[in-house]
Amino acid sequence: MKAMTATQEHTASVFHGASVDLADLTLAYGPVEVVRDVSLHVDAGTTTCVIGPSGSGKSTLLRGINRLHQPKRGDVLIGGESALKVNPEVLRRRVGLVFQHFNLFPDHTALENVALALRKVKGLPKEQAFEAARQRLKEVGLAERESHRPRNLSGGQQQRVAIARALAMEPEVMLFDEVTSALDPELVKGVLRLMAGLGARGMTMVVVTHEMNFARRVADQVVFMDEGRVVEAGPPAQLFDNPQSPRLQRFLSEVL
Amino acid sequence: MDWLDTLRRTFLDFGAMWEVFPQLLKIGLRNTLIISLAATAIGLVLGMIVAVMGISTSRWLRIPARIYTDVFRGLPAILTILLIGQGLARFSQQLFGPSPYPLGILALSLIASAYIGEIFRAGILGVDKGQLEACRALAMSYPKAMRLVVVPQGIRRMLPALVNQFIAIVKDSSLVYFLGLLVSQRELFRVGQDAAVLTGNLSPLVMAGVFYMIITVPLTHLVNHIDHRFRTGHRPSAPASGLNEVDELDQAVPALTLGENT
Repeated sequence: MKAMTATQEHTASVFHGASVDLADLTLAYGPVEVVRDVSLHVDAGTTTCVIGPSGSGKSTLLRGINRLHQPKRGDVLIGGESALKVNPEVLRRRVGLVFQHFNLFPDHTALENVALALRKVKGLPKEQAFEAARQRLKEVGLAERESHRPRNLSGGQQQRVAIARALAMEPEVMLFDEVTSALDPELVKGVLRLMAGLGARGMTMVVVTHEMNFARRVADQVVFMDEGRVVEAGPPAQLFDNPQSPRLQRFLSEVL
Repeated sequence: MDWLDTLRRTFLDFGAMWEVFPQLLKIGLRNTLIISLAATAIGLVLGMIVAVMGISTSRWLRIPARIYTDVFRGLPAILTILLIGQGLARFSQQLFGPSPYPLGILALSLIASAYIGEIFRAGILGVDKGQLEACRALAMSYPKAMRLVVVPQGIRRMLPALVNQFIAIVKDSSLVYFLGLLVSQRELFRVGQDAAVLTGNLSPLVMAGVFYMIITVPLTHLVNHIDHRFRTGHRPSAPASGLNEVDELDQAVPALTLGENT
């Protein structure tokens, strides 16, 4: 499943993914708990796909991991260290997030989008940041488009810029929030393939997705969430071919 | 056609207009611009502070900002100008001397800042919140994200409203005359008014009106132009086939593709 050809191994850099542990993680909007007591272990360098119906708390769970949504209870461990004990800005350098709607900076070119945080957060000098950003754009197949602004790029291209932008910070964990849901169908595969490549190169990934084929082929672990809880988790073959809970059986019958 | 001639002499006495022209240009225009630009500059700074307080999560910042805005937007400009111009005259005398000019600017600034604060607030809140989220996800601090990404995007959409506000300030600057200005400090309206009283003829005021319109009308059209460009966006680019993009990715990133299709 994750075999790469010999030539590919030479050109692609290797990531050093960190493990992710969620311990009784609870996230709330005011009094409403949308993620309840979720515990999960993601091995370093593996891919976990989170599936479930809308409103099940998947996206909120991702935002809890990098503390865009501050957890109400429980803990998040990145590489064994509590994410709640460090400054959120330190945490977010280690954990990248890619959004459903790309959220690129509209007034910046693709290159500037990737380079902005390198300069303003990591403090790299302009030329060095641009050089690193160019490298990242090349990796996502957009070397030719570095001076395009987001409005002149397709959805698939924008999402690849967004992935390059997150990767540029050299995170140890990448979070993907329904990143192909807003894309035209023919562009979905390219983005998914890009993500599969990252996983194969050792990135730890937590992927909220509606792409069941992707989850089945690429994930090391699939997690089914419903009403804020993890209902079932395990290897893809187990969840997809032998679902135990009635809710998951129902969900799969609706989406497959 | 006696009445037509009377009308002409009342409003369009070219002799009287020509006579007041140098004063309008050298004194009136200069002071109107000084007052308006100074009030706008101070109003922008105060307005930014009010806006930042207004979108704060702390109610101890939000509520004072709300009250401030309600007061200065809710009062007639002339009332604010008289209250500040006369009420603070004693303090002003110690700082700036007897001229009411600085107090007039201050009063206009306070009024302007209430409106500008609302323009800023709406402009910043109008920026897609995904932008702030993206910045935060890239480990930017809140102030940095606001300064580098959110506020610059907001300013573009605020521009038409800000230019409109400047036009309002230019017109309101005429109200400063109520505070009693020295001869050299008179703005357009006062210069025209004085000449009108002296000549018993309204033509100098009409001339002052022409000066106001020379400032405001081009700005109004500038606003429309900016607004139009903002609405219609920039040059459209030709739609590209999604299949070309699939090829692009296939060719450019063999390094990331798996041996097997996913």
